[in-house]
Formats: sequence, structure tokens, C-alpha cells
Amino acid sequence: MQKAEIIETVNEFLIDEFEIEESALDPGSHLIDDLGIESLDFVDIVVTIEKEFGFKVKREEITNVHTLDDLYEYIELRA
Amino acid sequence: MNRRVVISGIGIYSSIGKNIEEVKTSLYQGKSGIGIDLRRLDFGFRSTLTGILERPSLKGLLPRRMRIGMAQQGEYAYLATMEAIEQAGVHMDYLEANEVGILYGNDSSAVPVIESIDIVRDKKDTTMIGSGSIFQSMNSTITMNLAVILKLRGINFTLSAACASSSHAIGMAHLMISQGLQDMIICGGGQEVNAESMGSFDGLSAFSVRMDDPQAASRPFDRDRDGLVPSGGAATLILESLESAQARGADILGEIRGYGFSSNGDHISVPNIDGPTRSLQRCLDHAGMKPSEIDYVNAHATSTPVGDGNEAIALAKVFGEKAVPVSSTKSMTGHEMWMGGASEVIYSLLMMKNSFIAPNINFENPDEASSKLNIIAKTCDYNIDAFLSNSFGFGGTNSSLIVSKYRK
Repeated sequence: MQKAEIIETVNEFLIDEFEIEESALDPGSHLIDDLGIESLDFVDIVVTIEKEFGFKVKREEITNVHTLDDLYEYIELRA
Repeated sequence: MNRRVVISGIGIYSSIGKNIEEVKTSLYQGKSGIGIDLRRLDFGFRSTLTGILERPSLKGLLPRRMRIGMAQQGEYAYLATMEAIEQAGVHMDYLEANEVGILYGNDSSAVPVIESIDIVRDKKDTTMIGSGSIFQSMNSTITMNLAVILKLRGINFTLSAACASSSHAIGMAHLMISQGLQDMIICGGGQEVNAESMGSFDGLSAFSVRMDDPQAASRPFDRDRDGLVPSGGAATLILESLESAQARGADILGEIRGYGFSSNGDHISVPNIDGPTRSLQRCLDHAGMKPSEIDYVNAHATSTPVGDGNEAIALAKVFGEKAVPVSSTKSMTGHEMWMGGASEVIYSLLMMKNSFIAPNINFENPDEASSKLNIIAKTCDYNIDAFLSNSFGFGGTNSSLIVSKYRK
């Protein structure tokens, strides 16, 4: 899957589901500190990744995802 | 300590109106909120009858994290509670600065439980349930969510007592405030409205099957009643000490005068006469009032043959034959179950404030037991200084509340 497609899908989810302003979605944005995502929200991110990209996320892997770009790259390597 | 406890705010979301003003009009007009849910046919229900409510959308009103933990009845309760606190003149800065509690009646949350189990059966992965389900699934879903949204710092729990849940919640709030343990408690009841939560109830043949005439199906005390009609929504009251209400300059809507309770010690689903009689008597004793001082009784009567009959006998025993005007607003709303105790106090408060008795619609012919009561079948203008509201539930749990106008 092309990275651009991944970015579009992830951003769309963050805008629609998490109600994050599109302008805040900079690749360098920290998910917790900048985008206001909290620990419970990572469960829903895992659900979305499986639904949208078709692979299972290991909880210990997602703990290394800190920024939006980390998230894009994490998906790109597995999707 | 024995402080006076008053009601300073009310809010509601029900099948007969989405707010106090709409509900007041429906009560006066004798408007039914009952209709047909065809989805129940797919589930193999005997009865498709139900109270009809639009599910509210809270998007834009609350942030995502506060929304996704709320089941349907939590959404109803949020709207009812916001209306109640607004009427009470209570704002977020007050809630943050004072120790305000919450006691709410709720006794099920079927849909999130079923949906989460369906996901696990299908995916074999619990993470796929998502993060909101657990907070929707528990019986305490309403209190846990509202306590966070409203930043409450006082007493915080849900009371589960079947169809008497929210009447007991008001009773408990009354006791806590009168004993000086809390100054203000948000209390009420919520009830989900869906097929998932009602299948097993339908399976007991407890529901009316008068599907050809939905609005005539709920007919408490009527000779030709054939079962209850399930319904729901949420109802919230703000209870506070008289001192607290006066200090805030609140508009006092009524005073909780008495709380009576009892347990039948009998059958799990078949009500008896002794239990309700003791609850009624205890409530009058607690209020220090005589039966003749009660101007109106909002009966529990759900439109089931045995329940209505036994309540009629208990009422005639305590109040005397045809001594006090009685109606069951469930004739219009259907049976609001966990919510019913709180909603029916609100319905009765609206009658007291606006000097009328809402009708027991569909009451056309009495049976032997109900012929002993003064059942109000048509709206009548009437001055109410004090009323009593009954709520009874499975397991034989009974609750009665007396509310009067506030007098100095």
C-alpha cells in the first residue's frame, strides 16, 4: 500500500472519529501531547488499523508509536 | 439531623416528550407515546409494542471520549440531567466548587454487552471490542459517565432494584441529604429502549399484544388489559437541602416528605398485596401524614392483570375506597421500568405545579379491584398539595414516595 493512501486513511479516521482538526495533523505531531490522544484511544486505533489495513496489531508494538509519522510508518511496514 | 429535602430542578427525555414543556403538554392532552417496533418481529417477539423515542445525537455537545462510553440510556440521561441542572440554576463552576453527588436508577445495559460478545465470538480478539464498551456495559453506566462529565465529587453510585430502581434512588438521596451527608444530589433513572433488552421479558408473555391499536394497549386498571408495554428514556431531579436551595435562591418545585419501602418476601415475579401495603404505610408514617392529606396517587399500575389488581387492593386498604384520585401515567408512557420511579415523580410534580391530574387513558371499564378506586380517566383540573408515587419491581421490591408543595 502506498504511503499516501495510508496517510489519507489514517487522517480521515482521526478527523472523523477523533474529531481532530485537519490542520493539526502534521507528521511530526505527537499523538498524546499534540493531538490529545490518550491511552484508551490506542485501543480504538488498533481496531481501526485491523479494519482498514487488514493486519493485527500487537499491543507491545504500538507502544513504540509516538508521532503521527511513526504511525504511518508502522502501518506501511506491515500493510 | 433531620433536614428538609426539596426538589429544585427536573429534566426528562421520554416517549411523551423530549423536555419538561413537551411532557407537560402531553400529560395534559393524554397523549400516548406508544407505537410499533417492527424489528422485534425479526427477533421473534410476541409483541412489537414499545414506547417510541428518537435516539439523540450528542456529537457537538460532548467530546468523543465522553460520548463513546455512553449507552443509549446514558444519552437520554445526559439530556435530562442538563435540563434539570439548568432549571435548578446549577452551573459547572458550582459543581466543581461543591460536593455534589449522583444517585441514579438503572438495571440493564443489554446492547453493548451483546455487541461486545458478538465481536469476541467472531474475531477471537478482545481488543476488537474497542475502548467504549466496558463503560457502556455496566449497570452503573449512567452514573459513571455523568459523574465524569459533570465533575461530580460527592456520592456516586447506581441503584439497581428492577422497576423500583429510580424511586429508591430518590429515597436514598432523600435520606443522605436529610441526614446531612450531602447538600445536593442529582438523582433519577434511565431505561434503554431496544429489542435486545426486552426479549426475555417478552418471553414471559408479560407484554400486551394489542398491536392493532398500539395507543390503546397500555390500559392500567382497565378490565380488558392484557399486559404492559415496555418503554424508557431518562428522568433527572435535583434534590438538595432546603438550606442549600434557599442559599442559592433556587425555585423550589416541591419537598420530598416521605420514603417508604418493603420487600414482598414472596414470588420473584408475581406481586402481592402485603408488600405494597407496607410500603405505602411506611411512606405515610415517614412523612407523618394521614392518607387524607394525599391529594393524588400516581400508581405503579403497569397494565398487567395481577399487578394492577393487587395494587388497587393495597391502595383501597390504606386510603379507603374511592378516597383519593388515582391514575397511572403508564397508560400514556408505557412502563418506563428503571426510569419509572423518577419520571413519575416528575409527571406528578408537573400536575401539582399546573393544578391538573393527568388521565389514566384507556380506562374504560373497571374490574372488581379497580372499581374500589377513584381512577381519573380524563384530564381534570385539580389542586394537588401532596402526592404519592408507587414503584414496584421483580423480586418483590417496593418503593413509595410522598412529595408536597413547599410550605415555609
